[in-house]
Amino acid sequence: MSDAGSAALRVEALYKSFGDLQVLRGIDLTLQEHEVVCLIGASGSGKSTLLRCINLLEEIDGGRVWIEGVEITGRGVNVDRVRRRVGIVFQAFNLFPHMSVLGNVTLAPRKVLRLSRAEAEAQATALLERFGLADKATEYPDRLSGGQQQRAAIVRALAMKPDVLLLDEITAALDPELVAEVLDVIRELAAEGMTLLIATHEMGFARDVADRICFLDDGVILEQGPPTEILAAPKELRTQQFLQRIISAGRL
Amino acid sequence: MSGVAPTTPPELLGSRSSRLLGSLRPRGLLVAALSTAVVFGTVGYVIVTSPGWPQVQESFLNADVFRASFPSIASALWKNIQLFVLAELCILVFALVLAVMRSLPGPVFFPFRLTSVVYVDLFRAVPSVLVIYLLGFGVPGLRLEGVTTDPFVWGLVALVIVWSAYVAEVYRAGIEAVHPSQEAAARSLGLSRLQGLRFVVLPQAVRRVIPPLLNDFIGLQKDTALVSFIGVIEVFRRTQIEAGGSFNFTPYLACGLLFLLLTIPMARFVDWLAARDRRRQLAGAAR
Repeated sequence: MSDAGSAALRVEALYKSFGDLQVLRGIDLTLQEHEVVCLIGASGSGKSTLLRCINLLEEIDGGRVWIEGVEITGRGVNVDRVRRRVGIVFQAFNLFPHMSVLGNVTLAPRKVLRLSRAEAEAQATALLERFGLADKATEYPDRLSGGQQQRAAIVRALAMKPDVLLLDEITAALDPELVAEVLDVIRELAAEGMTLLIATHEMGFARDVADRICFLDDGVILEQGPPTEILAAPKELRTQQFLQRIISAGRL
Repeated sequence: MSGVAPTTPPELLGSRSSRLLGSLRPRGLLVAALSTAVVFGTVGYVIVTSPGWPQVQESFLNADVFRASFPSIASALWKNIQLFVLAELCILVFALVLAVMRSLPGPVFFPFRLTSVVYVDLFRAVPSVLVIYLLGFGVPGLRLEGVTTDPFVWGLVALVIVWSAYVAEVYRAGIEAVHPSQEAAARSLGLSRLQGLRFVVLPQAVRRVIPPLLNDFIGLQKDTALVSFIGVIEVFRRTQIEAGGSFNFTPYLACGLLFLLLTIPMARFVDWLAARDRRRQLAGAAR
């Protein structure tokens, strides 16, 4: 555990099955503080499941996970406490439809961190302003465009000041013209030094923003390295095939 | 017949006119009017020309008896309104507890789930009037120290017990209709299971089931008449007394009229809510 001390996130030999289907088959992954890592791979390769396991939204079958050197997978770990430190943003936004944007962003700080309403709202308003949503604070989610909803969901996760932010294909449900505004937000977070673990199909974005890219195939990290290496000169045949498909689909 | 018939059909027609007559053209309207006149005219004619009609008219549609008994029957309705409002408040809370118990996951909460399932199965199966009898006569029969024997209280308790079973199922349907990703989002922010339920799942669930909830309360309003069987002088009991005193059935008609006046506004309110929800969903889909 001593070598995990300096890492923002460390995953060791993570296994996860759904019934007979083995989704993760021994994932080892370490993120240093301020590092941005992109997970790429075909649908069903286990990207989303890995993120959900790190946030303990799925129970893991084997392996260990540390956040800032503290193991979160042991027995008797307070799951809610762990989730405060690890934020996640979902593909389908999952905003609370019965609350305004401000309500969405302030709920957890008020109920979990026990901030007063005034404090939580001041902090939320500052965040919303930063991400260009100040005028949408009182709107309900279904009044917003997909891009605005996803930015609101990012702000909601950031309001808990997480150590690590997990992004689960956050642009996959968006119209193409709305993708850029969301990716710009992530670029800004990366530039600020936020530790990010990003599952994505946007290879161009991964190339720009990632310090490291991991190629997930059939439940294992088959290959990882700097973007130039993985995207331009992948060593593994499976990686080459995957990228070939992406290129022929015009996504790189 | 003349004193009664006009009271009901206009209410029914007026409230649903948009759907009942909605797309009909003038020619269609004429045909509808004619066929309506023929159908109801025939039924009316058969009734009025039947051999027993004069006696029925005298014993069910007696205007003098109606005028004489209506004020006392109407004042007894106050008891039903009290019963209904108090029961409704208790049911809303108790049924929610039952529904939440049923939705708790994991092996630890198995006894809670079991209790909820057995409770709902039991009290949806047993007729309300049976529960009212058992509590209304059984509990006072125990002669427990400090326990009330007031039939109003035990009638109220019985109604709460029975209708909570129905309403719990309505709540449960609402809870299950909230997508699991909503709870995942709540939990991912560090909210506990209970907080997620309280602030995220239940508010959405309850909003969805307001129309069926109100529908059940129309049923409850009618069931308040059943507590007459254990000796509460409410509107139905008062009606029986009036009918017995005048040797005439007209008071029952007055009683029925009062229940109509009580439930129809609620029924229309439910319709209006459902229509509003539909409009909202359509507006949402259009975006």
